[in-house]
Amino acid sequence: MYKKIIVPVDLAHAGKLTKALKTAADLARHYQAPVCYVGVTTATPGSLAHNPAEYTTKLEAFARTQGEENGIETSSHTVVAHDPTIDLDPALLKAIDDTGSDLVVMASHVPNVVDYLWPSNGGTVAGRSKASVFVVRES
Amino acid sequence: MTDQASTGIPDPEGAADIIDTEFEIGQDNIEGNVGPFGFDIHNPVFLISGLSVVAFVLYALIAPEQAATFFGWLRPALTSTFDWFFLSAANIFVIFCLFLIVSPWGSVRLGGKDATPDYTYVGWFAMLFAAGMGIGLMFFGVLEPAYYFGTPWGDAPLGTVRPFDENGALIAANVEEARRMALAATSYHWALHPWAIYAVVALALALFSFNKGLPLSIRSAFYPLLGERVWGWPGHLIDIVAVFATLFGLATSLGLGAQQANAGLEFVYGVPNTVTVQVVLIIGITAIALISVLRGLDGGVKVLSEINMVIAILLLLFVLFTAGAVGILTEFAQGLLAYTQEVIPLSNPFGREDTGYMQGWTAFYWAWWISWSPFVGMFIARVSRGRTVREFLTCVLIIPSLVCILWMAVFGGAAINDMIADPATSLVKANVIDSYSPELSLFAMLESLPLASITSTIGIVLVIVFFVTSSDSGSLVIDTITAGGKVDAPVPQRVFWCTFEGLVAIVLLIGGGLSSLQAMVISTGLPFTLVLLVMCWAIFRGLQAERNGT
Repeated sequence: MYKKIIVPVDLAHAGKLTKALKTAADLARHYQAPVCYVGVTTATPGSLAHNPAEYTTKLEAFARTQGEENGIETSSHTVVAHDPTIDLDPALLKAIDDTGSDLVVMASHVPNVVDYLWPSNGGTVAGRSKASVFVVRES
Repeated sequence: MTDQASTGIPDPEGAADIIDTEFEIGQDNIEGNVGPFGFDIHNPVFLISGLSVVAFVLYALIAPEQAATFFGWLRPALTSTFDWFFLSAANIFVIFCLFLIVSPWGSVRLGGKDATPDYTYVGWFAMLFAAGMGIGLMFFGVLEPAYYFGTPWGDAPLGTVRPFDENGALIAANVEEARRMALAATSYHWALHPWAIYAVVALALALFSFNKGLPLSIRSAFYPLLGERVWGWPGHLIDIVAVFATLFGLATSLGLGAQQANAGLEFVYGVPNTVTVQVVLIIGITAIALISVLRGLDGGVKVLSEINMVIAILLLLFVLFTAGAVGILTEFAQGLLAYTQEVIPLSNPFGREDTGYMQGWTAFYWAWWISWSPFVGMFIARVSRGRTVREFLTCVLIIPSLVCILWMAVFGGAAINDMIADPATSLVKANVIDSYSPELSLFAMLESLPLASITSTIGIVLVIVFFVTSSDSGSLVIDTITAGGKVDAPVPQRVFWCTFEGLVAIVLLIGGGLSSLQAMVISTGLPFTLVLLVMCWAIFRGLQAERNGT
């Protein structure tokens, strides 16, 4: 039913994504669909990498580990954003199109009052993407 | 394994010379939540810079007279005592940048050998001007040339002859020389020297961030000097002073700018000149800046900068054609010639007799540009990845200098024409020389041209939007420094800084203290001059390592 699953990951907080990663792996096995892990980084040095090339290497390694641990086919996709705090949503939407994914599995926090001011990334992607979106609550 | 051909990395980054440091970006940060709002801030830098801003605001409110006396004394004391130091340092920055353009190090690319530019030339230029200079061009474009042309206060550059006698009548024989000198002396303050100041800071930060892998923060340029200590208190201190100078620089300019915009509104529309109107202006400017930072670097700051550039070009063309294009373009050529002839005598730091001009204007300007340089330099650095050092310096130094000389020739030329045509009725002369109302100088000049009510409105809009583009880019810079160099800190943080800046401006506007705290900010230009000199050395070392591949 699904051809390709995309999972947005924040490598700096990968520990908080356990539930979403497991959900994606289960769905991948069930539908025999490959999983693409998408990460957004900047050209300026950040806590994870000095430059986008180094970030890509880390994301590739992350995807490889996920593939080996879960026995699924994986890939990675890096997006470079000028201002990731704001550009995350459009970057993810573009990545969904660019990778030809038809299912998004993404972690999101339990909504609170701030979501009225700044909608969550999961909420925005679900609201705008043509692909099916599975928002996983990491509580 | 990878799937990155389309939007991924622009290109392989190629060899860059990453500095091997134990430090990890964000290691001193505190992450958490205040109520429902997330934050990710650098531990001492955020708190100390925020609290010291509050402390200085309180000082200015509780002891306004003492603050005014102290800072009112401090700023001119520094610029008159250290005039030689400011002038010499600025000369060093210009020579250093010009040297790098022609040197083999000019071929080093910011971001690694194969990096590609993040922004087109148009977007890049728009942001260069909008962040650091736009508002000044609006305020001083008419004021400064008109002032030097007619000043009766003895601070004419290089002791130029006066074109008016004691009764205000024209002395025809002196006009050409006074005009030539007025344009040269103004261009001197807006061309190579200020842009070299910005370029040094921007190049240091871009090099140490994009090529060496250090955080995008002022302290990173000190790594060659301080080594690992730069991540401790010496580095904290450098970043705190940068945040402090940027926030106060923006807040006091915003407060004083609101007064100027109000004066313009009164002049053009008869809007009452009151604190209430000014507070409304500050709230309006802050609100637009807030929308801009919430739309991000590409969707907000860049778009607004480009809109601003288009309106500014239209205004420039309007003044050029209505004030006589041929005459003014000749004047541009003459201004350029006068600038090249006079730039060396004007930048001579020793043995000058025109101390009124040298200390009151030049040293003041240099301190002012330098106190703004952490903010503007850091913003320029952030948008300049992918350019070679030569391309970067040509575009940050040479081209903006030519644009500024053109701007001054057009606006200043039109103003001087108005003063010469009929000194007795000239509004420019009335508002600059006869009674000194600097905030009205632009509107007085526009009044002498056709369609004054429309162009004055455009002038007011430009003044306001240039404030917005300084305010939004400044908020992004402060947010990055106080997040330890992270550019992906949570949204509420940038909202906090943008709002805080507006609040400081309002409190100082109502309580008094704008001018004294602005004098304090300009005083930070002195320590930062040393910082910039160290940066020159650091750039040199950094580029050497880059070329040698060590």
